[in-house]
Amino acid sequence: MTKIEAIIQNSKLEAVKTALQEIGVEGMTVLEVRGHGRQKGHTEVYRGREYSVDLIPKTKIEMVLPDALVEKAEQAILNAARTGKIGDGKIFRSRVDEAIRIRNDERGEGAL
Amino acid sequence: MALLILILAQAVYAQTSSVTASPSTDVNARLARLEQQTAEAKSSADNAWMLTSAALVLMMTGPGLALFYSGLVRKKNVLATMMQSFALMAVITVLWGVFSYSLSFGPGNGFIGGFQNLFLKGVGGAPDADYAATIPAQTFMVYQLMFAIITPGLIAGAFAERMKFSAMLVFMVLWSIIVYDPMAHMVWGKGGLLNASLGGRFPTLDFAGGTVVHVTSGVSALVCALYLGKRVGYPKAPMLPHSVVLSFIGACLLWVGWFGFNAGSALGAGSLATSAFVATHFAAAAAAVGWAAAEWIRNGKPSVLGGISGAVAGLVAITPAAGFVRPMPAIFIGLIAGVFCYWMVAKVKGMFGYDDSLDAFGVHGAGGTLGAILTGIFAVSAVNPIFKDSQGNALPSGLLEGNAHQLLNQLVGVAIAWALAIVGTLVILKLVDLTLGLRVSEEEEVQGLDLSQHGEEGYYWETPA
Repeated sequence: MTKIEAIIQNSKLEAVKTALQEIGVEGMTVLEVRGHGRQKGHTEVYRGREYSVDLIPKTKIEMVLPDALVEKAEQAILNAARTGKIGDGKIFRSRVDEAIRIRNDERGEGAL
Repeated sequence: MALLILILAQAVYAQTSSVTASPSTDVNARLARLEQQTAEAKSSADNAWMLTSAALVLMMTGPGLALFYSGLVRKKNVLATMMQSFALMAVITVLWGVFSYSLSFGPGNGFIGGFQNLFLKGVGGAPDADYAATIPAQTFMVYQLMFAIITPGLIAGAFAERMKFSAMLVFMVLWSIIVYDPMAHMVWGKGGLLNASLGGRFPTLDFAGGTVVHVTSGVSALVCALYLGKRVGYPKAPMLPHSVVLSFIGACLLWVGWFGFNAGSALGAGSLATSAFVATHFAAAAAAVGWAAAEWIRNGKPSVLGGISGAVAGLVAITPAAGFVRPMPAIFIGLIAGVFCYWMVAKVKGMFGYDDSLDAFGVHGAGGTLGAILTGIFAVSAVNPIFKDSQGNALPSGLLEGNAHQLLNQLVGVAIAWALAIVGTLVILKLVDLTLGLRVSEEEEVQGLDLSQHGEEGYYWETPA
């Protein structure tokens, strides 16, 4: 099993979600997050005082997939989330040892 | 609807005619009766507007000012900031009934009223002809109360996010007694030193409280900001407004409420109220344009916070002038105020480095002082014949009308307001500092006043479903 964490532009959530559903991804967890990579933040001015906002709002999608689906899922995210500009986000892949369905104690890929 | 009115009118007519069906057909008696009825009708009209105005001015404090200020603080202080406004609605009201009204408007000397109206003794349904001959004295009393509530509330912007609630309460009570009541008496009370229509030594034109409300509160705010010191982390740590949305709603409520504040200060529903209403609106609009334009030029973007701050600055500046100036000077006053106050908060505050957290001084102190001075320039007797010769003919009001001396009187009024605010506030701060302590501990400040002072949170997302 593999965990994919994708940090994407907020505006790309719908497109990515649809693309993942089309290739058969059945579950995902979506978080509103803030952070930054290479993208510089922006400045906000309140009554003449400038504040630099360097933690930018992003959307993070987490999913744990059967290994067979991983490549397709990554490609789907790349296609749907890319604008070609700085700030498009990143994808992280990592191994997952176990998955357990709380309802019936089912284990492994069957629990996904 | 029309039928209903007809039936009602019939019923009223039947009632009055049965009461007055006396044999007396004496013309004089009928005339006297007619005069009395006319006076009663006027009184009802004036009273309706004045009660409405009183309610509008209360709305300026809660929710107007409460929202305006609480949107500008960080979210851990949203409730505490609202509570500062709300607490005054309760506490100052009680004070006002017990003795503050008497100290402000009761007969006394040039500086402060006396104890004649303690516990509102003698303040009932009959008008007090010195103040407002057509409305019950009790209406006048409750209307003025709303001013006494909002004025200390404005100061809270300067010590936001770091003052103990207990210390704030004691400070506000003492400030109301030591600074507000004497200032209100001097400018508006019978025999007050600065009263323009009731024989003051230096007749200062202050229609709705430029000196009494805005200069006193704004200057006191500066003293508070300097005395209390900066918030932990200021100016390095980001302290962004947590919700300009709340501030926007608050500012728009302030704008509407201000019609009660300024047009209500005509103390009647006549054309003077209209004139003040119009001047108020035009100044607010022009100041919003002025501030936003200045910001647009300097930063490349006009901000929402800039627009609403400008409107408030214009409302502040027009407050002393509202019932004395024509609409075009009102636009001028607003424009100047918008740009001037923007410069005060965006530039001057940074130069001196004081932490007037929500710009109570930059908007109210600076805008109020500017407005008070401009009133002495633009006031005209055609709008409000406040000065009269012994025959009752109107005399010129402001500088442009030929009364250069008025500018001097305005400066005297402003100087007294500044002096009283500085000295009074310093003394009170020292007193409270030595007894209760003014600031919360650094730990409590970092935690936020909502939790540390009130044991609550404004936004609690983890509520169980």
